[in-house]
Amino acid sequence: MNYPSARWVIVLATLFLASCGFSDHGFLAPAGPIAEAQRNHFLSITAWTLVVIVPLFVATPIVLWKYRFGKKDSTYRPNWTFSWILEGLIWGLPLIIVGVLGWNVWKVSHQLDPYTPIASDKPTLRIQVVGLDWKWLFIYPDQKIASVNQLVFPADRPVRFELTSETVMQAFMIPRLGSQIYAMPGMITQLNLLASEPGSYRGQNTQYNGKAFAKQKFTAKAVSEFTFEDWVNQQKSNPPLDISAYNKLARRSVLSEPVFFGNITPGLFQRIIERVKSTPAVELPGAVKQTSEGGS
Amino acid sequence: MTGQPFDYFWLGKLSIDSLPFVEFIRDPNSNTAVGAFAKAAAIGGAMGLMVLLTVFGKWRVFWHEWLTSLDAKKIGIMYIVLAMVMLLRAVIEAGFMRAQQMLAVEQPGPLAPEHFGELFSTHGTIMIFFMAMPFLIGIINVVMPLQIGARDVKFPLLNAISLALTAAGAVLIMISLVIGKFSTGGWSGYPPFTELAFNPGAGVDYWIWAVTLSSIGNTLTGINFAVTIYKLRAPGMTWFRMPLFSWTALCTSIIMIFAMMPLTVATLMLALDRYAGFHFFTNALGGNMMNYTNLFWLFGHPEVYIVILPAFGVFSEVFSTFSGKRLYGYHSLVFATMAIAVLSFCVWLHHFFTMGETADLNAAFGIATMLIGVPTGVKVYDWLLTMVRGRVRLTTAMLFSIMFMVTFVIGGLTGVILANPPVDFAVHNSLFLVAHFHNMLIPGTLFGMFAAYYVWFPKMFGFRLSEKWGRISFWCWSFGFYLAFMPLYALGLMGAMRRSAQWFDPQYLPWLVVAFCGALLILAGLASQVVQLWVSIRDRDTTRVPGGDPWDGRSLEWSMSAPPPEYNFAVIPQVHDRDAFTWMKKNGTSYTAPEHYEDIKMPKNSIVAPVICALTAALGFALTWHIWWLTIASFIAVWATVIARSFCQNTEETIPASQVREEHERWLRSVKALKPAPREHETTSANQGLAEVVV
Amino acid sequence: MNKIRKYSRHPGLNMGSTDPETHEAAETLLFGFWVFLMSDLVLFALLFADYAAQSQHGVAGGPTPGDILDLKNPFIETMLLLVSSFTFGLAALAMKYRQDRTRLVFWLVVTFALGAGFVGLEVYDFTDMISKGHGPQTSGFLSAFFLLVGTHGIHVSSGLIWLLVLLVQVFVFGLNRNVKTRLMRLAIFWHMLDVVWIGIFTFVYLFGVA
Repeated sequence: MNYPSARWVIVLATLFLASCGFSDHGFLAPAGPIAEAQRNHFLSITAWTLVVIVPLFVATPIVLWKYRFGKKDSTYRPNWTFSWILEGLIWGLPLIIVGVLGWNVWKVSHQLDPYTPIASDKPTLRIQVVGLDWKWLFIYPDQKIASVNQLVFPADRPVRFELTSETVMQAFMIPRLGSQIYAMPGMITQLNLLASEPGSYRGQNTQYNGKAFAKQKFTAKAVSEFTFEDWVNQQKSNPPLDISAYNKLARRSVLSEPVFFGNITPGLFQRIIERVKSTPAVELPGAVKQTSEGGS
Repeated sequence: MTGQPFDYFWLGKLSIDSLPFVEFIRDPNSNTAVGAFAKAAAIGGAMGLMVLLTVFGKWRVFWHEWLTSLDAKKIGIMYIVLAMVMLLRAVIEAGFMRAQQMLAVEQPGPLAPEHFGELFSTHGTIMIFFMAMPFLIGIINVVMPLQIGARDVKFPLLNAISLALTAAGAVLIMISLVIGKFSTGGWSGYPPFTELAFNPGAGVDYWIWAVTLSSIGNTLTGINFAVTIYKLRAPGMTWFRMPLFSWTALCTSIIMIFAMMPLTVATLMLALDRYAGFHFFTNALGGNMMNYTNLFWLFGHPEVYIVILPAFGVFSEVFSTFSGKRLYGYHSLVFATMAIAVLSFCVWLHHFFTMGETADLNAAFGIATMLIGVPTGVKVYDWLLTMVRGRVRLTTAMLFSIMFMVTFVIGGLTGVILANPPVDFAVHNSLFLVAHFHNMLIPGTLFGMFAAYYVWFPKMFGFRLSEKWGRISFWCWSFGFYLAFMPLYALGLMGAMRRSAQWFDPQYLPWLVVAFCGALLILAGLASQVVQLWVSIRDRDTTRVPGGDPWDGRSLEWSMSAPPPEYNFAVIPQVHDRDAFTWMKKNGTSYTAPEHYEDIKMPKNSIVAPVICALTAALGFALTWHIWWLTIASFIAVWATVIARSFCQNTEETIPASQVREEHERWLRSVKALKPAPREHETTSANQGLAEVVV
Repeated sequence: MNKIRKYSRHPGLNMGSTDPETHEAAETLLFGFWVFLMSDLVLFALLFADYAAQSQHGVAGGPTPGDILDLKNPFIETMLLLVSSFTFGLAALAMKYRQDRTRLVFWLVVTFALGAGFVGLEVYDFTDMISKGHGPQTSGFLSAFFLLVGTHGIHVSSGLIWLLVLLVQVFVFGLNRNVKTRLMRLAIFWHMLDVVWIGIFTFVYLFGVA
């Protein structure tokens, strides 16, 4: 929060929003510092902009009442067309506010840049994300494990995502943690997030990518450091993820349950990107074996 | 998905599966039933029109008076009719989408996901390219030449061809409802989803050609309007005496000239990818979809201002006319309009803050976006101040304008919010965004176009629209809008994503139910407009305005009969003031016969435009279904038509001065017989189009 | 209309002293055509921008501009097009003095021949590249190359068709006002294509080879 004077607005607004059922959805119910900063920024922007538009809400009914056709005793000056004072006010006030907001946007955009690592005394966890049709693959390169549609990571420790897509453009988002970023075929984007407390949050693709788009959800589980270690060790015994297992996984499908892999082929993420860039996708990968059909 | 083609040489990829009702007969369920209903409605509508034309024997009139006409007013009216037909379809589609989302909370809902994908794609494509654009181009065609004192636009045939291309695109979209399926790639058609590898069907091709045809038509329209305004203003109509609607028409035209091309380029490049194996936006071999997003939004953002600026112009005219007062802050409004037109090209990147650009770039575009809020805010306050010290008459047009003013600023607020990259990262692609742009486009563009329709309808047809039904539709649309879209803001903040055919969160349900009720109310508003048109035509003898000035208008378009003669002005007027017609009325020159009349040259009707419409529609259809012989034949035929036309020498006809004199004097006599109506009786049958002059 | 208006200049061939009526009729027509050219130049600007991006980032392991572009034929094409612009200028001057139809037709035919030579050479270049496996399907760079250069080529080809149609009209109608204003518009179209080609030659070929 950048404007102490507007702090009370935020407190009131938060209470109001909580009562409307926003308390466990979206970035207005932040579960991490990014989402929290975004919420605060959202509320302060709203408050500042209201300075311009509230006068209009107040003035319009008054003007309509005062100058209604039937009220013949109001001033009627059909040739009145200009006033320097008013003109200065209606240009000046928005300009000042946009100036203030612009300065603020510059600052906050840099603070909340998804590529900027989150400062913490704990080491950052690296996760590589591959958007598939219609599921998410999470590769833990340092732990050498992978999971599909379930993201497990330690709370209170920065997570750095590197994202790409096997198919079309997708967008990776865990609403309660904040920022989203596109995952694009043949390219890598980055996202830094942090969950303050352990908890289970919904993650999703936000970019339409075909018939089962609405079902491309996953669970993001923030757990304690200890539980995370435990979970990683449990996954080691799962089947390995090599290129042929990956090809099978990459077929268009919707998974009803999360899938886990033990030993991943090193450099798989990079290989996926290189392959997408060099192979023209003439045929769709599969669409034959589907665990559950996306719709009709 | 695609069956065996009938005969690839003659019929391309057309197969039994692309025929209407096949799907429903094979597998009758709620999804295919909705599809069958839509197909039946489209076929029924087309057949019904033909039967009506035949029964009433109007084919000849339809052809000679309308389709082949080069009169900008008639072309404008055809544009508006096209827009309204498409509006009807797209609103009904919106109703189905709202129903689906409401019924799909933790269950599949009545529609299949692909069907839902087609619905949001056609809804968006139609609303932008075949509703908003034709509507505003139609209004400009009718009003702008009259307002600047011109007899027609500069290039009448080009005008008709623009309409032909837009109509051909619309025909293609309508055909896609009946034959085959439409794209599911949304109105923005992002690759690689729309590339052959992921969407091999004909749907994306329908989208490409429909949009390409209309975008070429719109470029030509922009050129035509801009040249008209630059070159054909009446003597004395200096830049700063030009009515604000014409100013916005000029700015919109300039944006069209520059902004339609990126769209044409983007869709044609996508077509090359799909048809010829190029690699512009593919995943592999050096294609890059980011080039598409840049091209598309280089068009897409200016497009927002293409559709909103003319509405701003309409509101400026409405606030001034119905407050009985000169426009407040005219220069301010002009500069604001131009500022918006320039800034509209500097903000496109805010449509993809989440693509991983640097924070510097995102912040710069965020600030540029917020800057647009300044001239827009200025406009809103200038309109408010126009009412101050006026005498405000709450007619339907004024109601829509006031509702626009207060509702639009909410959209402006959320626009400023979305301009902040940090917030956009949280609500991009969500229903918050959907709510925002509907909040701009419905009160902005659509209410503006409705206001224009109510204000200028009497000028177009010579009688007023029913005020009662207008008010009913106004309240339905207004409440409907708030009910339908305010919940979407909430849903977006709760993480609900756009284009979802299904939900997994029961807490969304109450909001979705409210939004559905809003959609029903909007449908009721649309229905009451249909009723209004019917009632108004039925009662037209009580609402005629032969004087041509039903609203105590201020600019030149009110200075002639309603409907105006083909040549608009018996004699091109001399302009003395910004409110040219008010000046005439004050100085007693409004209904006086000039000293002498001159012969007037007007363009003859031409069959070129309807021929080009049919040929380009055939071309689009042939390309969509890979019917190559038809593609080549229709492409050659289009250019052969153009070349053949260039050999026509007698393209103009002369209306002799004597005829002009007779018509004008007859009208002047009829005006003398009218009783001036005081503004209290504006909406009663006492209003015969002659305003009481209060000096 | 007063005298000053009659002899006012508009962007295009000034016929104010020899054919004031056409000159005046041409004013709005040419203005409109300039506006059209502006939108056409937007098209080329976009294709240049796309080429700039894809010739750098869209090579995709295939040939780079330096690998496959050479200057010989493009240089000849440049010369053909530049000379054709000059001959069109001579044609325009011939038109200005309305008696000289033969000379006008002669220069138009020369222009046509030069333009056709340009298109022919370009088509030869394209087929050559495709036969060597450097077709537009090879990479994003080559897609952008063929689109940019090809769009210019299509423009020149349409200019040629237009020129043919006008040649026919010169014979059918003589040098009436319509034909003259059309020739004036074709002239600025032709010169614009020249300017665009200079851009292509510099930006695509010279930079590519450098």
